[in-house]
Amino acid sequence: MDVFLQQVVNGLSLGAIYALIALGYTMVYGVVELINFAHGDVYTLGSFFSLAILAALGVSGELHGAALLGVVVVTVLAAMLLCGIVGVLIERLAYRRLRNAPRLAPLITAIGMSFILENVMQLWRGPSPVPFPPVIPNPGVTLGGVTVTTKEGLAIVLALGLMVALQLFIANSKLGKAMRATAQDREAAQLMGINVNTTIAATFLIGSALAGAAGFVSGVYYGTTWFFNGFQAGLKAFTAAVLGGIGNIAGAMLGGFSIGLIEAIATQYIPAGAQWSNVVVFSVLVLVLIFRPSGLLGEALPDKV
Amino acid sequence: MKGRKPVRALRLGLLAAVLLVVPFADHNNAHVDFLANAGAFVLLALGLNIVVGFAGLLDLGYAAFFAIGSYSYAIFASQQFGLHVPFWIMLFVAAAIAALFGILLGAPTLRLRGDYLAIVTLGFGEIVPQTFLNLAQYTNGPNGIGSLDQPSLFGRPFGFSATPYYYVVLGLIALGIVAARNLQHSRLGRAWMAIREDELAARHMGINATTAKLSAFALGAAFSGVAGVAYAAKLDLVSPDQFGFNVSVLILSMLVLGGMGNVAGVIVGSLVLSFVNSFLLPQASNIAHTAGFTYLDFTNYRFMLYGVILVGMMLLRPAGLLPSAKRRAELEAALTDPALAAHEQTEYEGAHAR
Repeated sequence: MDVFLQQVVNGLSLGAIYALIALGYTMVYGVVELINFAHGDVYTLGSFFSLAILAALGVSGELHGAALLGVVVVTVLAAMLLCGIVGVLIERLAYRRLRNAPRLAPLITAIGMSFILENVMQLWRGPSPVPFPPVIPNPGVTLGGVTVTTKEGLAIVLALGLMVALQLFIANSKLGKAMRATAQDREAAQLMGINVNTTIAATFLIGSALAGAAGFVSGVYYGTTWFFNGFQAGLKAFTAAVLGGIGNIAGAMLGGFSIGLIEAIATQYIPAGAQWSNVVVFSVLVLVLIFRPSGLLGEALPDKV
Repeated sequence: MKGRKPVRALRLGLLAAVLLVVPFADHNNAHVDFLANAGAFVLLALGLNIVVGFAGLLDLGYAAFFAIGSYSYAIFASQQFGLHVPFWIMLFVAAAIAALFGILLGAPTLRLRGDYLAIVTLGFGEIVPQTFLNLAQYTNGPNGIGSLDQPSLFGRPFGFSATPYYYVVLGLIALGIVAARNLQHSRLGRAWMAIREDELAARHMGINATTAKLSAFALGAAFSGVAGVAYAAKLDLVSPDQFGFNVSVLILSMLVLGGMGNVAGVIVGSLVLSFVNSFLLPQASNIAHTAGFTYLDFTNYRFMLYGVILVGMMLLRPAGLLPSAKRRAELEAALTDPALAAHEQTEYEGAHAR
């Protein structure tokens, strides 16, 4: 039972990363109906930005107390900002011009963008995995045989916090309202005086910023980062978004945690599970798309974004 | 049109003659070897063109069928299981196996919308090589299966020269072109075009969209099954790392570069990219190395090139370098081609914005 609960904790922290990435997929899909294939690479870019920021701050080892809090807050915010800018640039340079093209054109462009980003990162930090400084001290809380390390706690708390903030923002702010309107009917929104271009850019900004936060979390969580990480993480996060019901924020979180749990438990209980965990996750994607394409929460909360 | 026929036949004959004498004129085995490999990718591009170009279904896991074709040959024609099915028979068997998997993948997923379908095929493309990797007791895992049977013709084995493979691939391409062009203009081909334009309308006109899409998947997969057999036999080795997402995107880039839906364009696109990969980038790296930039290795960044091709072509010339001339002439077809329509649309909007 302890082993199972431990895997649940592992799965939840893994799922927190997927959930943060899935939010970006789901927001962008909700508003412009595009699978932003480059989103997974923006997430990897987030971990490389975090590395650069930590280096600029002169951090290379464990921190404690106020210094730890300060460094984490600064790094996360800066990585979010930089990734947000990259996301907006990608939208402006590539996707915007294809907004009315047949659907496959922007998707193919997004795949190309993904390849470009991966290679830029490879040029920047080389083809091998790069170690991430162990900023966060290892010990955590042990509750009856189950250990939650500080980084796992950070992943879960950060993901939940950002999700609540996002949910409030979209429900209450003017820009959030504009996003919901654009998602429902772009032309009608435009006629109501909503600046659709700004709204879509804001969607990319927020989605990419969340991926940037996930990039930082994954860096401290795995202790390493690699230019090609975004491909698989992106696919799993997309699976999470679809599982939760694409376009639905709470669904993306639910899907993210579910995929994390499925992966952790499959790794533990299927013989040679680590080898098959990808196969399991993709099989989930196929099964969801076939039997419940609207996802887990797709019907209960039909609001897009 | 009638007057152009003899000219066309002459041109084709000339091209065929040149292609047939290449191995005699060019004694550099590396060149023939390159052409044989490039030819396998022409076959792959022709096959993917049926799925993406004709039927408009974005398949991001096409390399999976290539893997299935290659592994079919490795399993049925090597010491691995002591089976030695002849190469020529395996061409048909692998085509059938790949087509079967095309149907298996297509049947449950073809109801999905275009971009969802793309992601599911991507997942399939990841699962297949992963499965070959994980089933190590049958496939030797990451080491792959080597020492495949050498093809032979009239009792004479192919040996280690690339020349016989060159002729085999050339023949297969010729058959592939004829098949692709006939398909394009067949009843089925017109059904594909109708579905690509507007599936709902096509269904209302009585087209069985499910059958048509499944046929596209199966026929496209069959091409890569054949290509897989030829490629595996020539390389004498199959291993799971030859069939990743990169390969699927490489083939897609060939289509996008040349012109989706146009047989000639697709062939040109695939030859250009093969040439760039095998000659231009290594050569550029050599020049950079001799010039003192020893850290520059352009071959590591060829995926950057694919990315630039995909983005650049979609933004600037979505119909490809060689959009079908016929299509341009036929206003109707030009207007209904999704790639060309996209082009028109952006131009139209651009004009209005100005």
